[in-house]
Amino acid sequence: LASLMNLMEKKLLEVKLGELPSWILMRDFTPSGIAGAFQRGYYRYYNKYVNVKKGSIAGLSMVLAAYVFLNYCRSYKELKHERLRKYH
Amino acid sequence: MNENLFTSFITPMMLGLPLVTLIILFPSLLFPSSNRLINNRLISLQQWALQLMSKQMMSIHSTKGQTWTLMLMSLILFIGSTNLLGLLPHSFTPTTQLSMNLGMAIPLWAGAVITGFRNKTKASLAHFLPQGTPTPLIPMLVIIETISLFIQPMALAVRLTANITAGHLLIHLIGGATLALTSISPTTALITFIILILLTILEFAVAMIQAYVFTLLVSLYLHDNT
Repeated sequence: LASLMNLMEKKLLEVKLGELPSWILMRDFTPSGIAGAFQRGYYRYYNKYVNVKKGSIAGLSMVLAAYVFLNYCRSYKELKHERLRKYH
Repeated sequence: MNENLFTSFITPMMLGLPLVTLIILFPSLLFPSSNRLINNRLISLQQWALQLMSKQMMSIHSTKGQTWTLMLMSLILFIGSTNLLGLLPHSFTPTTQLSMNLGMAIPLWAGAVITGFRNKTKASLAHFLPQGTPTPLIPMLVIIETISLFIQPMALAVRLTANITAGHLLIHLIGGATLALTSISPTTALITFIILILLTILEFAVAMIQAYVFTLLVSLYLHDNT
């Protein structure tokens, strides 16, 4: 169908809100599909920030900042007991 | 506070899934590979550092020993990057776990020793008795040398674990002390803060030095045995 073919070629920001459920269901959730998504994401970041002629420290620092943030989310459960409160 | 101090050393799991595998694999993301002659800045810097380290460390070995170059260079990169990443706030350092350091030390040491025994049996056995010992001392010295040989992998593993764990613990303690002192006496808090800065600089150095020491000792055991 024409509407299905149109849906397959659109990226996320071009999909209309009504079409969102069918767009999500149409994505490839097999292991190789997920691996392909991670690979595409990695190369998108790498070619934009690192693999350039005059790459700066920002390319590496953004990765490290995201790493710190993810570790914070992981240990939030223990950290919320250490807030400055009168009664814990 | 006792429980809080050691929670940062628990193996991270999420809903029963081993998150620690992802954390161990993360440093490999920071070392991209490339087939080009001239690369971007990140890869060029890493290639320069790698050449420097391999020339400095592997030039003393014979041809047979130099087949271990890949192993030793990956080792020093892995330990160095893992230790340095552990200095970021809230992160987990896999090298604080004795299990992992034993897993690195024992196979490498055993490989070096067994290579020595298979290829140069007489010379390897001769290591058990230093030159020029007086005859009555020989039995005792052989026992001591055997013990010192078998303690090598344990020492490798425990040295790395203890250094990194102790450094992290000190940072936690002094940071907590600085925070607690700000409301009581700001001058002492300032002094403690300066101590914290010095300690962090030390930890950066220790992170890299420990990697170097580990690899150097393994290469030394290799040199003895090839």
